[in-house]
Amino acid sequence: MAKKVAFMQGNEAAAHGALYAGCKFFAGYPITPSTEVAEVMSAELPKVGGKFIQMEDEIGAMAALIGASLTGLKALTSTSGPGLSLKQENIGYACITEVPCVIVNVMRGGPSTGMPTGPSQSDVMCAKWGTHGDHPAICLVPASVQELFEETVRAFNLAEKYRTPVMIMPDEIVAHMRERIVFPEPGEIPVVDRTAPSVTPDKYKPYDTSFGDVPPLAAFGSGYKFHVTGLNKMQDGFPTTKAEIVQAEEERQVRKVEANKAEIMKWEEYLVDDADVVVVAFGSTSRSARFAVDQARKQGIKAGLFRLITFWPFPEERLLEISKKVKAFISPEMNLGMCAGVIKGCIEGNAPVLGIFRVDGEPINPDQILDKMKEVK
Amino acid sequence: MAGRYEIRFSGAGGQGLILAGVIMAEAASIYQGIQAVQSQSYGPEARGGASKSEVIISDTTIDYPKVTKCDALLALTQEACDKYSHDLKEGGVLLIDSDLVLREPPGNFNVVKFNITNTAKNEVGREIVTNIVALGAMVALTGVVSKENAEKAVLSRVPEAFLELNKKAFNIGYEKAMAAKS
Repeated sequence: MAKKVAFMQGNEAAAHGALYAGCKFFAGYPITPSTEVAEVMSAELPKVGGKFIQMEDEIGAMAALIGASLTGLKALTSTSGPGLSLKQENIGYACITEVPCVIVNVMRGGPSTGMPTGPSQSDVMCAKWGTHGDHPAICLVPASVQELFEETVRAFNLAEKYRTPVMIMPDEIVAHMRERIVFPEPGEIPVVDRTAPSVTPDKYKPYDTSFGDVPPLAAFGSGYKFHVTGLNKMQDGFPTTKAEIVQAEEERQVRKVEANKAEIMKWEEYLVDDADVVVVAFGSTSRSARFAVDQARKQGIKAGLFRLITFWPFPEERLLEISKKVKAFISPEMNLGMCAGVIKGCIEGNAPVLGIFRVDGEPINPDQILDKMKEVK
Repeated sequence: MAGRYEIRFSGAGGQGLILAGVIMAEAASIYQGIQAVQSQSYGPEARGGASKSEVIISDTTIDYPKVTKCDALLALTQEACDKYSHDLKEGGVLLIDSDLVLREPPGNFNVVKFNITNTAKNEVGREIVTNIVALGAMVALTGVVSKENAEKAVLSRVPEAFLELNKKAFNIGYEKAMAAKS
């Protein structure tokens, strides 16, 4: 049978990706340019026995997400810039309590209210350092409607597998543009569910590291009782200030992602092997970059594209390798140099990083990137 | 077709231009079986203010989803025409509402004009289908999707009670553009 196809918006695809992954709960507060995610979830969740709640604000939405996830449901919220700022306190709470959840953040101009309908890529640092303290960070940055669907499924898989919040951050262009999408059949993309406890309720500890760095998570309401707190905690979930436990637990939480980086990181290399100039780009900007690379090759410029699909964890080792054989990197981004800064931090000064930074609400067009390539001698 | 064909629908927020772009792209992508990407840009206003919807159609993969050099532009208001005609290429199609766009942009374009909004209001019977009249005309003038496929896409996007109204709007737009072109 032919697969189901549709002509669909990025935000709609994110919602359908969540449903494919088995999401049964959405809490949020509508905000441009992410509202269509909530709109689709409100229509579709009741049909699959799920719950949709429009909360009083984004802080409450994030709290509701954590509560729902603790009952065993896969939980989603969607927001944009100002809403992400409000969610940060509870994102930290989800990190330390190790509660799986997925946050779609559509990037618009900022800070504050900024430019609600204008595209941006300026929330990527907020994905890592928006909430205080050391904590794991996973942030996915898809570039097409199809990829937004697939990466949303993967976001749930990573959240469930590593018991951690996962952010998926399309820019406004990717979130609002429409393209043809081919829906995968059930089972075609793997769907990961969290590991349930193998011990009886009386033996259960929510942070029992004898099961590894990602302890099994019991669902409230299934007979298991445990303590959940934002304080540093012991294996049974109760607070502690014991130095060696706090140190070990903090390190373990970060290690969940760091030690599994190779599996989590995803990128695409296009004509990088013989390139003199490598453009590092993500989201809609990577589409301009690919167009520019093709134009450059026609003009005899050896250009390549390194397209980030995960922003965090960042592919530091691979970029360090590439930096040893290129003349320059170009970092086109709809912010004032966030990605360029991260690249510089991992390439040990081997090559210059030329920036094209736009925060005027207009996309970076291929000509701008092509012109920058021509500056490389 | 060879390579990218870039279309921009522009006018005021609330005129249904985003939908017109979506239908054009859907006609190409779903019914014609070629590639299409639709994107949009609008201000914070729900109504009024210049609004644009862009459609890239190609027989190969589309990277950059926005217009680089516009092949065909629809402008339903003077503001939109002034704001969005700067990158229309030489010889490109410019469709304007002859009642509402009185100053044409300088340049060598293939200008086609008729009273699009008033056609919707008086001949089809409802001003709300201005976008579909305009879409019919753009399908005729650009020739990148067939009339049949575009009509299928229109009918798949409108509520059943308004099928005939939209069909009529689409066809009047198509015919008027054909007549105005020659």
